[in-house]
Amino acid sequence: MSRTVVVTGLGATTPLGGNVATTWEALLAAKSGIGLLTDPQFEQSPVRIAAVVKEDPENILEKHEARRMDRSQQLALIAAREAWADAGSPELDPTRLGVAVATGVGGVISLMEQYDILRERGAARVSPMTVPMLMPNGPAAVVGLEFGSQAGVHTPVSACASGAEAIGYGAEMIRSGRADVVICGGTEGCIHPLTIAAFAAMRALSTRHDDPATASRPFDKDRDGFVMAEGAAIVVLESEEFAKARGAKIYATYGGQGLAADAHHIAQPEPEGRGVIAAMNRALIDADLTTKDIVHINAHSTSTPAGDVAEAKAIRKVMGSDADHAAVTAVKGAAGHLLGGAGSLAAIASILALRDRVVPQVTNLVTLDPAVDIDVVIGKPRQLPATGQIAALSNSFGFGGHDVVLAFKSYS
Amino acid sequence: MSQEDILAGLAAIVNEVAGIPAESVAMDKSFVDDLDVDSLSMVEVVMACEDKFGVTIPDSEVKNLNTVGDAVNYILANK
Repeated sequence: MSRTVVVTGLGATTPLGGNVATTWEALLAAKSGIGLLTDPQFEQSPVRIAAVVKEDPENILEKHEARRMDRSQQLALIAAREAWADAGSPELDPTRLGVAVATGVGGVISLMEQYDILRERGAARVSPMTVPMLMPNGPAAVVGLEFGSQAGVHTPVSACASGAEAIGYGAEMIRSGRADVVICGGTEGCIHPLTIAAFAAMRALSTRHDDPATASRPFDKDRDGFVMAEGAAIVVLESEEFAKARGAKIYATYGGQGLAADAHHIAQPEPEGRGVIAAMNRALIDADLTTKDIVHINAHSTSTPAGDVAEAKAIRKVMGSDADHAAVTAVKGAAGHLLGGAGSLAAIASILALRDRVVPQVTNLVTLDPAVDIDVVIGKPRQLPATGQIAALSNSFGFGGHDVVLAFKSYS
Repeated sequence: MSQEDILAGLAAIVNEVAGIPAESVAMDKSFVDDLDVDSLSMVEVVMACEDKFGVTIPDSEVKNLNTVGDAVNYILANK
């Protein structure tokens, strides 16, 4: 029998706030963290809409600390410190502490900065920190070093599903007995003229320049693409036994994960949601849940025309008539799309929804797309059943056809 | 530029790169043992010195720069 895993710490730095409390408050208040990029480097960008973190990491970290880290690493470290402190800074044998921190694309900003230096000033001026700053495992390594993790430091990479996959990976480390405590989640800090141009070239981004705050509109009939965001969301997981023994506060039980792949297209979602359906069903089985137990689904819904409908169809297919009583939300309306940090931010929102028994509405959702036949939360937060055990699913998908679904249960 | 000027400039660089208080960067201090400047930070210190003082410090010389004094004297002799 594998070990029960619980959530004991949360940390986040997002376009909505510099920590979990302010981010959650902004989600419940339907505030938008999205705006126009004003830095001159974006002047020629085809899209200038993005969601930048509310608290600049350069103002939080020591200067010498910040200069050795890529932005994605800075954000991960800030969120990990919050999560660790929130968990009560558990004392444990470092060989029992694991880390699984993901990013979708790694240190792109550092890579581009150093490429500019190479071209302008030559190889002799390229920073010796370039490799540690650009490597995708860099954020995990930075977090692992900070807390002295020796059970293993890992970086699952699956584009925009990475942050969720990292949580699933971390939970498996505990279930299998490799670790007692794992710091896990995702981060991204790659808003740069190149990444903007690249996503814009795919026609994936919203171009609502006349009203950027409402550009990200999951499930809305007028959605026109996603909004690039940055930020990090990190959770501390531990075995229930270990958490109870040290008297830790417990947010929720980690139920399980479902993994699948679309086998359809490098970037397009499979229109009937085949992989999504498989992943959701596998998560239910892994978590020992049925569709009747699910009162809430945090959808991946990025505000793209194709993806949102495919996901809604998949949810209806999996849930059947139980979809009528499963409150669906999507955090990207407020926060934009954190890419590698999106899955773990959605997980944190799901965990808090179970704890507080309330689901935030979808920010900027005005008119539900008629093709979306599920119970999306519109207009104001939705209360969940006040008593009894409740459970939630958190969906994350990534370019490449990755499908990751996490399941959480209220803790009692 | 005097020895004091170079020491002050180097101390500012070490502070920027490694976060060591500038007043700790004294002539007799070892970069590795006293100031905790690792090999990657040392490369950054060397690059910054080359830019700031207009010297060239080849890799073959860097390994001889054990103390702050070694570096200050090298810069003084070669600028």
